[in-house]
Amino acid sequence: MTALLEAKNVGKTFGGGLFDKVRTVALRDFSLGIESEPPSILAVVGESGSGKTTLARLLLGLVGPTTGQVLYRGTDLRSLSGTQRKQFLRDVQVIFQDPYEVYNPFYYVDHVLETPVQKFGLAASRAEAREKIEETLRAVGLRPDETLGRYPHQLSGGQRQRIMVARALLIRPRIIIADEPVSMVDASLRATILGSLRELNQAFGISLIYITHDLTTAYQISENIVVLYRGSVAEVGDVEKVVGDPKHPYTRLLVGSVPLPDPDKAWHGEPPPSEEARKAAAVPHDGCAFAARCPDAMQICREERPPLYQLDEHRAAACYLYLGQPEIGADEIGKVMVPPTREPVSLPVS
Amino acid sequence: MAIQASDERTRVRSAVLAVRDLRVYYHTPRGAVRAVDGVTFDIKAGERLGLVGESGSGKTTIALALMRLIRPPGRIEGGEVLVDGTDLLRLAEEQMRQRRLAVIAMVAQGAMNSLNPVIRVRDQIADALKDHGVRLSKAELGSRIADLLQHVGLGPHVADMFPHELSGGMKQRVCIAIAISMQPKVIIADEPTSALDVVVQRQVMETLRNVQLELGAAVILVGHDMGLMAQAVDRLGVMYAGTLAELCEVRAIFEEPLHPYSQLLIASLPSLDKKGVFQGIPGLPPSLLNKPKGCPFRPRCPKAFDKCVDVEPLLTEVKPGRWVSCHLYDVDGVPA
Repeated sequence: MTALLEAKNVGKTFGGGLFDKVRTVALRDFSLGIESEPPSILAVVGESGSGKTTLARLLLGLVGPTTGQVLYRGTDLRSLSGTQRKQFLRDVQVIFQDPYEVYNPFYYVDHVLETPVQKFGLAASRAEAREKIEETLRAVGLRPDETLGRYPHQLSGGQRQRIMVARALLIRPRIIIADEPVSMVDASLRATILGSLRELNQAFGISLIYITHDLTTAYQISENIVVLYRGSVAEVGDVEKVVGDPKHPYTRLLVGSVPLPDPDKAWHGEPPPSEEARKAAAVPHDGCAFAARCPDAMQICREERPPLYQLDEHRAAACYLYLGQPEIGADEIGKVMVPPTREPVSLPVS
Repeated sequence: MAIQASDERTRVRSAVLAVRDLRVYYHTPRGAVRAVDGVTFDIKAGERLGLVGESGSGKTTIALALMRLIRPPGRIEGGEVLVDGTDLLRLAEEQMRQRRLAVIAMVAQGAMNSLNPVIRVRDQIADALKDHGVRLSKAELGSRIADLLQHVGLGPHVADMFPHELSGGMKQRVCIAIAISMQPKVIIADEPTSALDVVVQRQVMETLRNVQLELGAAVILVGHDMGLMAQAVDRLGVMYAGTLAELCEVRAIFEEPLHPYSQLLIASLPSLDKKGVFQGIPGLPPSLLNKPKGCPFRPRCPKAFDKCVDVEPLLTEVKPGRWVSCHLYDVDGVPA
């Protein structure tokens, strides 16, 4: 079966041209397939510069890959026909980080909801369109009378972000790519928005790629997790395993750096890097990108890039600490993911 | 009554910063927005106090008011900000300017973007020192700057770099270095790590903590991340609609939150221990323009009763060290 959306050995390098001689590898040899059934939730986490937003932009076709391909139903995004492209734009939706920047301040918020209805011919009449919009707003926990007919500045950040969730839902996509959807929203609303996203997954059968730097929300919402470090997969697999008992030193550092809302659970993790470490980090080498910061770095780590080692059924880590475990290729990370347990939900005909 | 008053004075004296009934309104054509509406708290030397709240709850306005950096249409309407017995709000502008950085310093929200992109770090730090009348020879200045940078965990070579050559975390540490350059008694940090990722966040917070311990300064940490607060502060104030809903020792608030808002806020936090059902707080904070009478949290409060409609609760000490503004804890209130 062809995956709905698939990244095949995708790499993206910025720079290296005439004016910008410094090449930055944002993403390296990344493969991932998202099936439409059963719907799944995958979290992609990493710090700034790990390549997670580049991945989102590649999957959306907003940038082209330097190497490899992004396929929609088996066709390269760059060679989609007109009809296929329209179908792609409908099937794959996005929710961006900043709910303040996606609106045109001169239009009522109704505009962002009415446009897709028109473009995709979702409703036969104005009344039907209105009804659909109101129904969708209610589905994400908004009261239509309090949101429609208002300007973006009259709504709170949480409301605006929920309207974006509503817009994504209105189109009835098969995949939603959410790039840091709650990082600019208050804690009390964060839970509500993540709740709506999970409901989209369960009630409407929409797969979700949740891109974030926040391990706690990733853990709460997803089934599988991919930890990226400088464009490469550090650890991948079942979220319970990866977050509950991290194996890659970088994942350990990430998990340890999360400030827990409990004053009795002390914060641990990496102290500020020393002078020597910073100098060592500046020396380029072909090995593991994390080697300079890694407390367990060995000689081999600075010489060769570690492959992914499968540690158990549902987890793999790219680290020489696990040398001797079975290796898996970069294009096989789907093998260690937990299949979604939920019953596939049939999509309401729209 | 007389005894009470003298008690009050000793307490204020032991506090390095005392805020009394601070009110800041933003005057708009449609009326006054009561961004901070009667906030009272103390902070002792060496203490770390956190202020959390949703956007619009007035936490950043408090930070700016303490620095007297509120700009029109905002205006400080009343109250006192006492540092060692001097009311900052009554000082002349020039006197206040001299006290900024020297007595009370601030690391602003997104402070890393406040560095001048075309001036080397060295000159930005030197500028702050010169402006406060520190006269040093070139060599002394150099060693002072290297010393400051070392305090925040940066090497002396950083002095010769431009801001764009530094990472976000390093820039934020340079800002902390500037904030501590005159050894202030109070450091206000307004969301110092909101743009940084978790690993760097921890490093920056650690830096702040170390310099604070060395200086013995008081720190007011403003933010919305309850996890960060749990790890970084001694006492925590929960802001809601321009007032303090609850103020107490940080451990107590996580163990047994008293105000219904704090209870819901803590229940809404995701954890790494167990997967739970997402529980947001229904409803929205009230408009601070023409604020209705009664408790500001009443429309969202699951425990609201008649009294909450008419009477705004005041911050009261209901148990030793635990201040709550909620009628549930009134002597004549209806018990929960």
